[in-house]
Amino acid sequence: MDTINSQSRRDFVKVSAVAGGGFVLGVYLPGRQVAQAAGGGSPNAWIKVGADNSVTIMCARSEMGQDVYTSLAMLVAEELEVDVNKVKVEFAPPAEVYINSLLGGQITGGSTSVRDGWEKLRKAGASARMMMVAAAAKEWGVDAGAVKASGGVILGPGGKRTTYGAVAGAAATMEPPKDVPLKPVSAFKVVGNAKQKRLDTPAKVMGTAQFGIDTRVPGMMYAAVALAPMIGGKVKSFNDARAKKMPGVKAVVQFSRGVAVVADSYWQAKKAKDLLIVDWDGGALADLDMNKIWSGLQTASAQPGATFREQGGDVEAAISASAKSVEATYQLPFMTHSPMEPMNTVAHVTADKAVIITPTQFQQLIPHVVAGATGLKPEQVEVQTTFLGGGFGRRVEVDYAIDAAEISKLAGNVPVKMVWSREDDMTHDSYRPAGLYKMKAGIDANGKITAFRFHSTSPSISARLFPSIVKDGIDPFALEGIDNIPYAAANMKLTYQMHDTGVTPGYWRAVSHNLNAPALEGFIDELAAAAGKDPIEFRLMNLQLAEEKHAYSGLSAGKSVGPRVKKVLEELKAKAGWNGPAAGGGKGRGVAVMEGYNSVIGMVVDVTLSAGNDVSVDRVVSVVDAGPLIHPDQALAQMESCIVFGQGTALWGEITVQNGGVQQTNFDTLRVVRMNEAPKKLEIHFLAAAEGQPPGGLGEPGTPVVTAALVNAVSAAAGKRVRTLPLSQENISAA
Amino acid sequence: MAISFSVNGKQQTVDVSQDTPLLWVLRDTLGLTGTKFGCGKALCGACTVHLNGMAVRSCQTPVGSVGGQKITTIEGLGGKHPVQKAWIALDVPQCGYCQPGQMMSASALLANNKNPSDADIDAAMSGNICRCGTYPRIRAAIKAAAKA
Repeated sequence: MDTINSQSRRDFVKVSAVAGGGFVLGVYLPGRQVAQAAGGGSPNAWIKVGADNSVTIMCARSEMGQDVYTSLAMLVAEELEVDVNKVKVEFAPPAEVYINSLLGGQITGGSTSVRDGWEKLRKAGASARMMMVAAAAKEWGVDAGAVKASGGVILGPGGKRTTYGAVAGAAATMEPPKDVPLKPVSAFKVVGNAKQKRLDTPAKVMGTAQFGIDTRVPGMMYAAVALAPMIGGKVKSFNDARAKKMPGVKAVVQFSRGVAVVADSYWQAKKAKDLLIVDWDGGALADLDMNKIWSGLQTASAQPGATFREQGGDVEAAISASAKSVEATYQLPFMTHSPMEPMNTVAHVTADKAVIITPTQFQQLIPHVVAGATGLKPEQVEVQTTFLGGGFGRRVEVDYAIDAAEISKLAGNVPVKMVWSREDDMTHDSYRPAGLYKMKAGIDANGKITAFRFHSTSPSISARLFPSIVKDGIDPFALEGIDNIPYAAANMKLTYQMHDTGVTPGYWRAVSHNLNAPALEGFIDELAAAAGKDPIEFRLMNLQLAEEKHAYSGLSAGKSVGPRVKKVLEELKAKAGWNGPAAGGGKGRGVAVMEGYNSVIGMVVDVTLSAGNDVSVDRVVSVVDAGPLIHPDQALAQMESCIVFGQGTALWGEITVQNGGVQQTNFDTLRVVRMNEAPKKLEIHFLAAAEGQPPGGLGEPGTPVVTAALVNAVSAAAGKRVRTLPLSQENISAA
Repeated sequence: MAISFSVNGKQQTVDVSQDTPLLWVLRDTLGLTGTKFGCGKALCGACTVHLNGMAVRSCQTPVGSVGGQKITTIEGLGGKHPVQKAWIALDVPQCGYCQPGQMMSASALLANNKNPSDADIDAAMSGNICRCGTYPRIRAAIKAAAKA
């Protein structure tokens, strides 16, 4: 029986993988007759039903704290008519059927998991239920309309009763229904349940949740690595004489970008690694430093850039002709992801197979890159996704899986757990880009924006990772939070100048919303001051209330959402007891609003500046329009998370480069938010969803909004505009 | 050289180099992977365990220094500890990676202080980093556990 079941599971994976793109229902198991006889089966790729009537829901997104493990299961369970607290959740393997339709790959990112799954997963649950009901009806020789399912039990006329487990095998052989009606929101029992608990909390509280770093496989060895101290550095030569003599050491191998020590235990590997003498070739960037980076960005910003939005007439002429004009440049620094679990992977590469067990946000890419690194074929690479100890975009990169695969192969095809030190992790990140944001605007005598000019200069992340989406100098991911500017101006010209600083750029929680939105919202406050208007009043009177399509905001609403922004600002004003920036005595209050990932978020932040310009956050009030909330308590948790994460990177956390290498190496040189520094008061209010409104994303958009509100609150408290981030003591003093 | 000590009430003898941090002995030798590696320098608190009831950073505790002493890890907290109950009741964890360390710091705090103030919580918990930003819920959970 066990053999049959595990065979079925393997087939399930294989068949799903060749079933074609998009949403595929009715993945037929080759062993279905056997499965039927044994009970249990898989009505489709999202659901496995055991002979014991156990229900497993496949989670095709990576759980990195954002709650997909529970919220995606809730969507399936709602229509499957099962108790979500009784289902098992399993992380899905890479397969076409699991592709995220908003991103075109099996990727967890872009605050898309719930948005992608909203209809898809409810339909998967409904379709599976309908197929099991139909199977029971067929067996009983009754009309399917007379059969109902609830709690995994199927009831028919005359007291007939069976279970999902008994009919799932038969259901798997049936044609999936073409028409899959869904419950109206008003009939939801699972989705939107404010009392629902996370399904992964018990394991995380008992210490039994399996993160990548916790993986153990038979015969496993441990690898510690020496990576180049400079970005893109390569091994010139190395001396491993002392390292090789250390106890427990099994191999010292040079892989593509470093040298690894493989030993019986991690500590033995680490101690021996510290004795390696490596001569590094720093390459072209060996003398890179912040002066060169900023002067490079300055020079590049004199270029015209690519125009991504233009309307009205000559914007420069309109600014000159306006009653008042304002000009400012904002500067934003590099940032690190630094999730708490350092990068790691367990890899076992043999002559005809590779098994990769890893905390990844992009499992679909791994078979391809591991194949490239080992000479195997992608179909010979099996990927297992673990829990992720944080992600924030870092684990969209697959570099560490490649490293581990190379090391496993080079060390003699042994199973290896490669664990990076915190120093490896912080200095070999892909960093939130730095950039310069030049803005100019004209306002009329009534305080209306008449003309707006925006010119950003920053590295393109997509040019490195997904070059096919970069066209004519435009990386859509560099335009987030500005292409969808919520304000109206008759004359507008927005341009982007791509510039490679040498520092590896990466997707970082909310990506370029973090750059463009704080710059824009800081500048809007400057315009409000020039117009002599209250910042919220100024925003309200300049909102774009007409509907206009946005060319590049693929992950956003895609069109202006002025009425939603208006509602959020008005609610925020009331909830925060807003009476202006309220500066004085070292205190300041700031506001910001943004639409991102189809969520509209407004925030008011109160801060106190110490005599030495250290910022403490006294209160954050936020109003959020994210449509229907699947798992309300965890929607709240994501807002809490975005705010605390964004607070740390708005105030501190800058990554700097000297002699070609990153200077921050651990949590002594990188300041992050700690318990005593988190906001003293945090109030988050969700607006009720409008009829038919789809969910917005919540894993990311709060981060840029708190950053922007902090720019304005700190500027109010300091009594001067602070345009250089982070809002550190040095930058506030120098402003 | 063999070193003996108690882990979660069970006597353990390990034969590893004396300078091996307790963290790696727990994780790799004894298979107790609930205790996490975060920074290796006692800067983040992910590796916090109890040494004779006191919260210590196991990444900076050489195993040679714990001979004959009592270690408690997250696996030994029992599952019904008021801190664990409060963590579950308030759904504190997000990614969850730092939470064993957070709970070990919190349980050590509550063992010595039945009614910690906000300042007490700040003092006891500021060595534990959570990148997901669960601090507001951790604070609330400690207060809930104190009342239990």
